[in-house]
Amino acid sequence: MTVTSQTPSAAVRAAAEGWRRASSSRARRTALAGWLFVLPGFAVYGLVMLYPAVQTVLLSLQDWTIVPGQESPWVGLANYAEALQDPVFLRSLVNAAAYTAFTVPLQVVIGLFLAVLLDGYLPGRVLFRVLFYLPVVSSWVVVSLLFRYIFASDDSLANSVVVNLLHLSGSNVAWFQQRWTAMLAIALLGTWKGIGWSMLIFLAALTAVPVELKEAAALDGAGAVRRFRYVSLPAIRSALSVVFILLFIGGFNVFISVQLMTGGGPSNATQVPLTYMYQQAFDFLDFSYGSAVSFILTGTVLALSALQYWWTRRREAL
Amino acid sequence: MRRTPRDRLLLALRYLFLGACAVVMVYPFAYMVSTSLKSRTYVLSDPTRLWPDEPTLDNYRQVLTAEHFPRYALNSALVAVASTMLIVLLSSMMAYAFSRLRFPGRRVLFALIVVGLTIPTMMLIIPQFLLARDLHLLNSLPGLVPFYVGTALAFNTFLLSGFFEQIPRELDEAMMIDGAGAWRRYWNLAMPLAKPALGTVVIFSFLGTWDEYAWAVTVLNDTDKRTLPIAIALFQGQHSTSWGLVFAASIIALVPVIAIYLTFQRYFVAGLTTGAVKS
Repeated sequence: MTVTSQTPSAAVRAAAEGWRRASSSRARRTALAGWLFVLPGFAVYGLVMLYPAVQTVLLSLQDWTIVPGQESPWVGLANYAEALQDPVFLRSLVNAAAYTAFTVPLQVVIGLFLAVLLDGYLPGRVLFRVLFYLPVVSSWVVVSLLFRYIFASDDSLANSVVVNLLHLSGSNVAWFQQRWTAMLAIALLGTWKGIGWSMLIFLAALTAVPVELKEAAALDGAGAVRRFRYVSLPAIRSALSVVFILLFIGGFNVFISVQLMTGGGPSNATQVPLTYMYQQAFDFLDFSYGSAVSFILTGTVLALSALQYWWTRRREAL
Repeated sequence: MRRTPRDRLLLALRYLFLGACAVVMVYPFAYMVSTSLKSRTYVLSDPTRLWPDEPTLDNYRQVLTAEHFPRYALNSALVAVASTMLIVLLSSMMAYAFSRLRFPGRRVLFALIVVGLTIPTMMLIIPQFLLARDLHLLNSLPGLVPFYVGTALAFNTFLLSGFFEQIPRELDEAMMIDGAGAWRRYWNLAMPLAKPALGTVVIFSFLGTWDEYAWAVTVLNDTDKRTLPIAIALFQGQHSTSWGLVFAASIIALVPVIAIYLTFQRYFVAGLTTGAVKS
């Protein structure tokens, strides 16, 4: 056989060659497996998310016609120019900004307050955690209808609180007939539904603070407020900025509650960008204008949250 | 630590605040239950009184015997179960590949997954509608599934790949020496070890698809194809004065959600923290 006639160095070379071939074929097999593992999921993801994301931009640059096979002319930025001069769209942005300005600070502050109260030794804390989180797991459809009933114009729960209990108004309020009372009811729902979520994230971050650290601070004579300021707060700073950014994005994307409580009315007074986009597309079949509205919204919100993220990072670096 | 009177006062104050907040948070639910137990004539009597004079289960009976209601619940359940199973399988396979297998294009594909985390689903509803039309998936219950799966994959793949990264590589290598291929390492090693994270994926996926409203109401037309959230929203339109009926239907839809939440609430904490605090 040829192997016996080989010199030792040739045998080593052959072995090394064989090993390299085996390992490169193993690498090839791993690569193939990698592709096969990713392929089915990524195909669905690409089809349902990435392709429509590109399509939104393309649609917004066209004057799209619903008739299949008919050419849709390119109109450049005309849809965007129209949106920026559309008083209803601008009002919808103001409404969403007001909703965000109301709901985000309240959710952060109350959520943090509850998390601090629940942090540490407290019999029954699981019960409280579960109760505060119930609105979060409830469906938006159910709680939107519930708040519509609570804020009904007749002798509703909200009216009996406002008229009989707080004496803020002499007669029943028609909550959904005026812009700001309607937005208030919608924002109260958003706050009530979201508090449990921010509480849970803050609670998780607070639980990660070592107990020894809090006890050491207590032994040094630090009161509850100073313990919070110097021990707990630094530990939850990153959770705080994440919660803030996610709530900010969520606030501008408010949809189902507005759709089911006012439908954007009366006469577009409570329109938010997504309800307006939805109506443009599925009531008036103006898919291109709807796409421009949704792209302006997403682009603005993402840019603003990137800015917030950059700003908090920069402050941490200082 | 020794409990001083001051500590005890602090504990009492904590309970006081927490109790007050709990009342505010739970009151709307109690109000909903109370309304669902009132007969039609009593619905609008004194709204602040929680316990009705003559509680009745009549509304529940009416809902459960309503023509299509059991059908709607079944529709929602089928879509939610099918979507959840596919989300768990596909996102865990992708996550395993991204965290354990070297292949060309891995970084680019993972970056594209992360991009998906930043896109709000509602932004895509118009092109998704056109896509569903072109694929003949409008007005079809099975047609909901690929859209529910596709929109959930980015978040769950991201969550699971973070979890798979924490499994020691030595375990993988030991199995590799025994000649185990990628599939066996994924299925027999990574998946059993990832049970808590998979629990989170199951819960979020199931609740998300069971409750989904915006997409379903946009693409479904036929009466017998409706899912539970659509049925409840329309119920309110049809019976605008019978809130007792609306809330009886709502509570029936909420029961499985709350049961799942109470059973798995520990996973909620685990899933949320890996998702939010780490990033």
